[in-house]
Amino acid sequence: MNIRINGKRKKNYIYLKKRDQISMKKSIGIRIIAIIMALIFCALIIIPITHLNPLQIYLEIINGAIGNKRRIWVTIKDILILFIISVGLVPAYKMKFWNIGAEGQILMGGVATAAAMIYYGDYFPNWLLLVIIFIVSSIAGMIWGVIPAIFKAYFNTNETLFTLMMNYIAIQIVAFCVIFWEKPKGSNTVGIINSATKQGWFPPIFNLTYGMNIILVLIITILVFIYLKYTKHGYEIAVVGSSINTAKYININVKKVIIRTMALSGAICGLAGSIIVSGASHTISTATAGGRGFTAIIVAWMSKFHPVAMIFVSGLLIFMEKGSIQIASLYGLNENASDIITGIIIFFLIGCEFFINYEIKLKKD
Amino acid sequence: MVENYAVEVKNVSKRFGKVIANDNVNLKVKKGEILSILGENGSGKTTLMNMLSGIYSPDEGEILINGKKVIIRSPKDAFALKIGMIHQHFKLIDIFTATENIILGRPNNRMLNLAKVKNELQELIKKYGFELDLDKKIYDMSVSEKQTVEIIKVLYRGANILILDEPTAVLTPQETEKLFTILRNMKKAGKSIIIITHKLQEVLDLSDRIAVLRKGKYIGTIKTSEANISYLTEMMVGKKINLDIKRAEVKDSKTRLEVNNLTCINNDGRKVVDNVSFTAKGGEILGIAGISGSGMKELLEAIAGLQKIESGKIKYFDEQGNSKDISQIDISFVPEDRLGMGLVADMGITDNIMLRNYSKGRSIFLDRSSPKKIAKKIVDQLKVVTPGIETPIRRLSGGNIQKILVGREILQNPRVLMVAYPVRGLDINSSYTIYNLLNEQKKKGVIVICVIEDLDVLLALSDRVMVLNNGKITGIEDAKTISKEKIGIMMTKNVEGGSYEYKNKWEKKKELYIS
Repeated sequence: MNIRINGKRKKNYIYLKKRDQISMKKSIGIRIIAIIMALIFCALIIIPITHLNPLQIYLEIINGAIGNKRRIWVTIKDILILFIISVGLVPAYKMKFWNIGAEGQILMGGVATAAAMIYYGDYFPNWLLLVIIFIVSSIAGMIWGVIPAIFKAYFNTNETLFTLMMNYIAIQIVAFCVIFWEKPKGSNTVGIINSATKQGWFPPIFNLTYGMNIILVLIITILVFIYLKYTKHGYEIAVVGSSINTAKYININVKKVIIRTMALSGAICGLAGSIIVSGASHTISTATAGGRGFTAIIVAWMSKFHPVAMIFVSGLLIFMEKGSIQIASLYGLNENASDIITGIIIFFLIGCEFFINYEIKLKKD
Repeated sequence: MVENYAVEVKNVSKRFGKVIANDNVNLKVKKGEILSILGENGSGKTTLMNMLSGIYSPDEGEILINGKKVIIRSPKDAFALKIGMIHQHFKLIDIFTATENIILGRPNNRMLNLAKVKNELQELIKKYGFELDLDKKIYDMSVSEKQTVEIIKVLYRGANILILDEPTAVLTPQETEKLFTILRNMKKAGKSIIIITHKLQEVLDLSDRIAVLRKGKYIGTIKTSEANISYLTEMMVGKKINLDIKRAEVKDSKTRLEVNNLTCINNDGRKVVDNVSFTAKGGEILGIAGISGSGMKELLEAIAGLQKIESGKIKYFDEQGNSKDISQIDISFVPEDRLGMGLVADMGITDNIMLRNYSKGRSIFLDRSSPKKIAKKIVDQLKVVTPGIETPIRRLSGGNIQKILVGREILQNPRVLMVAYPVRGLDINSSYTIYNLLNEQKKKGVIVICVIEDLDVLLALSDRVMVLNNGKITGIEDAKTISKEKIGIMMTKNVEGGSYEYKNKWEKKKELYIS
């Protein structure tokens, strides 16, 4: 029996209290503390395992990500790609449609891009070819997004499983195309497409190799957030996401909204595929998406769909990824070592959400 | 020791964030007495009781049980002190029988002698005058039977102090009377009973003393013999208010709405609205009474076009007497589920006002400026308390949320206004604001159809009362002449047959599962 009749024994105990509101300053402060604690925790793991100075490793991570001009640009390019995929996921998540099929939508967009580059490369001027690429890649992504949406709207199938399975189908289609387009024969890769003519490649803008990537991502992001915030469609998405019953109550055609929103979400992920193929790698393989369709889910949710926060989160993740490749080659650690560091940081960042929502109080009895 | 009170609450305070739920509350309950705790919604009644039953722990102050200071940190501690709480929402397992539910969570005894337990339960039932079939499954029970199970459960565990949170909210007048008889028997047996309620008449009928809370503060305790309704209201609200609902005469005597043989079937294939026919006049308030689940919700939804109609017709007659399909008429509907259906909890007032009209006009962009004006108008006219019109409405109190919803629906200038449980969870002032709004619409010639739990209010507000029972109409009466008791009988009279039908269906389902 733990009833203590008031007497000699006095004991303090702690309890949790939900915060009503938290200032911006405080919440950012908590997150910074979380990152610092994560780095300290990583150090505690690094020292006994590698016998290396953790500070040195952190410096190498920074060096690997932004050590020279080329590295900075590669990091920026990858941040943009991860970011635009998360932007593509936001409309679906605002509608509470658990789309984990970005991976497949990217791949389909990538395949469509590669096909346009291979088959139309010699017939159209580059600007027209790029327009064609944007159209076909977004249509391909759109189809991949709309199929699960139709089944969700009409048969109430589980979209999580459905979109996941669509990823595997996309991977198989890419694998087939890679064999089909194999060059040189027997290499089992497509190689750099149009390496001589650079047809279908993003042209440099303002002397920046990735200038077009930046502009494209910026335009799409602004359009998506205007769409979500200021248009009737965006409003419908918010209502459907909040309560299907309310949506029906005010005569929103829920089926239509689900399909339309997933068409948009899929199209943006498809476009992201074209940015990867046309704007960065200039080739296609089953690894073109490379898990970024899943990482983008983390980005979208951790930043609570706030575009600025999304840039920061995708920046952090890509930064760690680039740094980890550096330390892996420099110290003979394998890349998993740095995945561990990234994992620990994410763990602390998600964990600190608890302290943003609750405060711990000490109660004197 | 001076006088030995069963419960003493001394200077207890409890805060949730910035909200002070209980501010320096004092309370004393004698042995063998019934104490009513009276207060509006949000006055801190339930918080106080939750501290007695170990769900919350007080920030300040102390609680004494039988003269000894105690710290109640969990419901288990509360049981050890023989405190039992009967919550507003029952915590029973549907597929178990009454007995099985009662013995759940009993202190661990290796051997369970079911026959002995049943005998003991029978004695309890006899002693206090309950009516209960111990072998009946919960899903076959009416609300009042479920409540009986909850009370017996608490008694069987030996509770001497019983706390009942709004026990009569879901009961018919007859069931309420039965419950009161039982509570009086318990009092005679020396139990202390605390009953939370906001129905003033019941408080006067039942309790020995009345403690009043207002906005978290303890106002005082008075003897029931010295109290009357207007004095109690003044204590609760802090000022005198006129409790009369004025009933305007029906002006437009033409029949405007005609519902013919309406039948709706729910997903389980049950007839939730069963061959319902009625008419309504313009400028008339038609009240609908019925125990919960009798088809009121589905009937209103069917008229609003949200429920699939199996058969039957709903017609509206315009000024010239031409019949029109109901879907062409402007209908406003305040659903029971405010945040899950009528409004979006995460949006501000403006965006919620916009729900109705956002799609008007050709532009692909939203027009937020005119809804913003309407939002400000509603906030001003209905005195909505909110930090700002963009604050997510889930952070507002139930009364304010309802004002926004009703305000929005009325501003649509409807021809038919339907409201389901419009004052549930609202304080007295807000409730009267809502009644007045309904009356104003009535004067404008709008057909007002309302479902209200409190039969006193329903009879005072409506011109006619229609009673639904198991999806069927059991009567449409003049509200001026019919009595509350008669309505209560109409609400329940055929229910035996109804639940029998339902039970049969269950048996069939079970057979299916087995085969």
